[in-house]
Amino acid sequence: MLTFAIIAGLVLLVVLLLLLFRINSLADVMKTEAQRRASTSNRVNAILMMVFLIGACALFFWYSIARQNEYKLPVASDHGIVTDNLFWISTVVTGIVFIITHILLFWFSYKYQYKKNAKAHYYPENNKLEIYWTVIPAIVLTGLVFSGWKAWSDITDKAPEGAEVVEIVGQQFQWSARYPGKDKQLGAFDFRKIDDENSLGIDFSDKSSFDDFIPRKIYLPVNRPVEFKIRAKDVLHSVYVPHFRLKMDAVPGMPTRFWFVPNKTTAQMREDLNNSGNPVWQEIDPNTGEPKWKNFNYELACTEICGRGHFSMKMLIEVVEEAEYKEWYAQQKSWLSTHEDYLSKVPADLKELAVISAGIESDKNN
Amino acid sequence: MADENNAHHDEHHDDHHEGNFFTKYIFSLDHKVIAKQFLFTGMFWAIIGGGMSILFRLQLGFPDMNLDWLRPLLGDWITTEGKIDPEFYLALVTMHGTIMVFFVLTAGLSGTFSNFLIPLQIGARDMASGFMNMLSYWFFFLSGVIMFISLFLSTGPASGGWVIYPPLSALPDAMLGSQGGMTLWLVAMVFFIVSSLLGGINYVTTVINLRTKGMSFARLPLTIWAFFLTAVIGLLSFPVLFSAALLLVFDRSFGTSFYLSDIYIAGEALPNTGGSALLFQHLFWFLGHPEVYIVILPSLGITSEIISTNSRKPIFGYRAMVGSLLGITILSFVVWAHHMFVTGMNPFLGSIFMFLTLIIAVPSAVKVFNYLTTLWRGNIVFTPAMLFSIGLVSLFISGGLTGIFLGNSAIDIQLHDTYFVVAHFHIVMGSASFFGMVAGIYHWFPKMFGRMMDDKLGYVHFWLTFVGVYLVFFPMHYIGVAGFPRRYYSFTNFDAFSSFTDLNMFVSAAAIITFGSQFIFVFNFIFSIFKGRKATLNPWRSNTLEWTTPRVPGHGNWPGEIPTVYRWPYDYSKPGAEEDFIPQTVPYSETPESNLPHENELIDQEEVQQEGITVDEASE
Ligand code: HEM
Ligand SMILES: [Cu+2]
Ligand SMILES: [Cu+2]
Repeated sequence: MLTFAIIAGLVLLVVLLLLLFRINSLADVMKTEAQRRASTSNRVNAILMMVFLIGACALFFWYSIARQNEYKLPVASDHGIVTDNLFWISTVVTGIVFIITHILLFWFSYKYQYKKNAKAHYYPENNKLEIYWTVIPAIVLTGLVFSGWKAWSDITDKAPEGAEVVEIVGQQFQWSARYPGKDKQLGAFDFRKIDDENSLGIDFSDKSSFDDFIPRKIYLPVNRPVEFKIRAKDVLHSVYVPHFRLKMDAVPGMPTRFWFVPNKTTAQMREDLNNSGNPVWQEIDPNTGEPKWKNFNYELACTEICGRGHFSMKMLIEVVEEAEYKEWYAQQKSWLSTHEDYLSKVPADLKELAVISAGIESDKNN
Repeated sequence: MADENNAHHDEHHDDHHEGNFFTKYIFSLDHKVIAKQFLFTGMFWAIIGGGMSILFRLQLGFPDMNLDWLRPLLGDWITTEGKIDPEFYLALVTMHGTIMVFFVLTAGLSGTFSNFLIPLQIGARDMASGFMNMLSYWFFFLSGVIMFISLFLSTGPASGGWVIYPPLSALPDAMLGSQGGMTLWLVAMVFFIVSSLLGGINYVTTVINLRTKGMSFARLPLTIWAFFLTAVIGLLSFPVLFSAALLLVFDRSFGTSFYLSDIYIAGEALPNTGGSALLFQHLFWFLGHPEVYIVILPSLGITSEIISTNSRKPIFGYRAMVGSLLGITILSFVVWAHHMFVTGMNPFLGSIFMFLTLIIAVPSAVKVFNYLTTLWRGNIVFTPAMLFSIGLVSLFISGGLTGIFLGNSAIDIQLHDTYFVVAHFHIVMGSASFFGMVAGIYHWFPKMFGRMMDDKLGYVHFWLTFVGVYLVFFPMHYIGVAGFPRRYYSFTNFDAFSSFTDLNMFVSAAAIITFGSQFIFVFNFIFSIFKGRKATLNPWRSNTLEWTTPRVPGHGNWPGEIPTVYRWPYDYSKPGAEEDFIPQTVPYSETPESNLPHENELIDQEEVQQEGITVDEASE
């Protein structure tokens, strides 16, 4: 960091010197009415235009190619493959326009720099040209929009029957996940029922809630549709799983949702990262002494500013094979069974059912 | 009517000259003085806002750096470990955005150039209402004072992002900045909106009513078209921000539930139900999107003028340029929800806004092609203003193209709220608009202060800035594609965001150098006001009316009668003409050698115009 300070200081010094230098020459300029129009500066600027064009293009292509393993984020969901494709198609289309227009811009600037005896070409308009460059971009954009629209409609369509449902709840500054339990029905909730322990405000007058469980980590089955039902307790948050290309705001008072198909288990992804050529994953993690890829996890982050801890709202996601998922699911203890005093919130006529659904051991009962 | 008004101003003319320091420089009614007030204030805020970005770039680029040396400036916002406090980081980001978007690129830009150029380029003695114009500045000033004070609150200034989404901004328990800082933010913005509206009404009425003889809409310089439409956009959209802010004030202070519903915070369930957080977002972006065009259109106008002048060619496709400005103006009101694709808004609405958004890319593309064709076969003089204008075209292309990604809702799922968006709008809005503003200052400095800025320093400034902004903002595309979210204090908590520490460091270093090089400009600006070479009357050999005024125009702009306009402002390098420019004040009857066939027919009408003037003078 010290080196940085030194470099910055040096740069400032150079700038300062330049300024002092110019004060002198400014005084000179004041005396002579400069022949500004065709001066050497004009030539130098024209040449710099070309230098910039070539330099910037070289840098752009070099970096984009050399570092692609680092900025290309591996994808692990079905719809993510589609949107990634759209992204790269747009990149190619806009990339071509980007390069061509910039070549024209800088090359024209260079080529048509001021020459003493030249006269510019009086060319105020050409309606045909205007029509071409209105219609052609319109057509290209329509193409892009339609492919995007199709993908968007599929992604935002209703989740398929039988999708695994997980409730994701944002609060300052952590995520929680609730699974519906054996009945595959999430119990109702009410923000007025939230307290220190029942932090999701589960409503125990709803019998679907008895077997709901709240794990520390999200488990998902591979290659099966999953639906996140998303809500927030306090302020806006946004559920963001970069590898799934998944993002949806969590809004207090307005539940949202997003469904997707994770298509790579965590184990597979670890292997992929090991082979990805991205040096970051080969770094040794000081905590574990192992290369980072070995302990990779899918991460759920927050992308809507929510306060002081916004940058640290993280929950881990593990994508596993179907069989492993079933086994894990079956092992989870219902929230009610670990917080038996909440049985008192269950209406009397449902108590018996609650004890059974929640899997509360009978000797503790009564 | 127009002349009556001008005559009216003439009568007052003398009073003002007799006026004391206060009426002349502080509470001045003269549009040129007010323009300079906006300019100086805008520059002040640009330095503050830019300085803030350097502070948070230090945190992002050098997360391990010990920042104890900032303690004299920031006090306890530097933690005991020598880091910027995470909440203050958010406050910096928020204030940076607010200041840059509203104070610098809206008030600083429109306020300066609309005020300065509208009367001078349409041939008017002053704005329609000098008094409202003065009020406009002082409301802006007041707004700035309040915002400035909010920086020093012990709980810090507003910190929920420049978009101040509730509930975060509505609940004092949600973060420190949502306490007094947010209140002051809202008050400041209310005054700012009043200022914008007062200014906007003036610009619109002045352009409609006070154009000189012969200055039809079809002969307006593109600058004026742009300022005019900008003001129209502002008039229609700022009131919506006003109501959004007002409802937020109610929710914050009077227990209403416009935006709040089902909230549990600080160990307590709030009574609010039935409000909608999305309502605020719709209202905000109904201003917010037009706002980005309020910021860019003046720059597009300014650079159209500068590129035409310095290419020594007519702007290519004047009518298409006006048409695309109009198209952008209208369309800018129907795309706002592209900022909300993944907020839980109905996806069908998302589809509609995706279509509308990509339509707006078409007029933007048309503008670029017209710029390019204007350069083609020109005879280009690289003044600093011209360089910055060419820079704007480049930035407008680069940033506009990434808009096409973001406007595609399917792609936006991943890119929303990542550094890709940050790259997009800093290039297309921040940098491009800033370049237009700087170009305008270089170009009209001789008219503002009667002296020239130093060219060579201008060149150095341009190249450092141009290379600089690309080095700062282009890498952010990669960081965004890699998935890095914006408004993150640090990336160390996530494995997924653990790379690119080198690139972040690079960006921060580039930002510091780019910011530093702006002081070359500040130096040149201040130095030239006092010591610059004396300007000639028409240093850029330009066609527009402002260059027919005295070197330093006094109150009323033209000492004698206001000149009459006979032609459009872009007769550069006309075949047959001796010089490579023909000012708007030269009648066709004096240029038979260069007239086009249909222009010869206009000669007869010119005589009528002349007579019209004689009559007018007689009546005065
Ligand atoms: C080619 C036309 C353009 C298109 C299609 C476009 C599209 C978009 C979209 C869809 C977003 C939202 C991204 C997100 O948050 O996920 C966005 C953000 C933004 N755009 Fe553009 N844009 C275009 C041109 C412009 C221009 C000309 C400006 C300003 C002069 C501008 C300024 C902004 C700003 C300031 C934001 C971000 C606001 C924020 O979230 O803080 N855009 N643009
Ligand atoms: Cu957050
Ligand atoms: Cu927008």
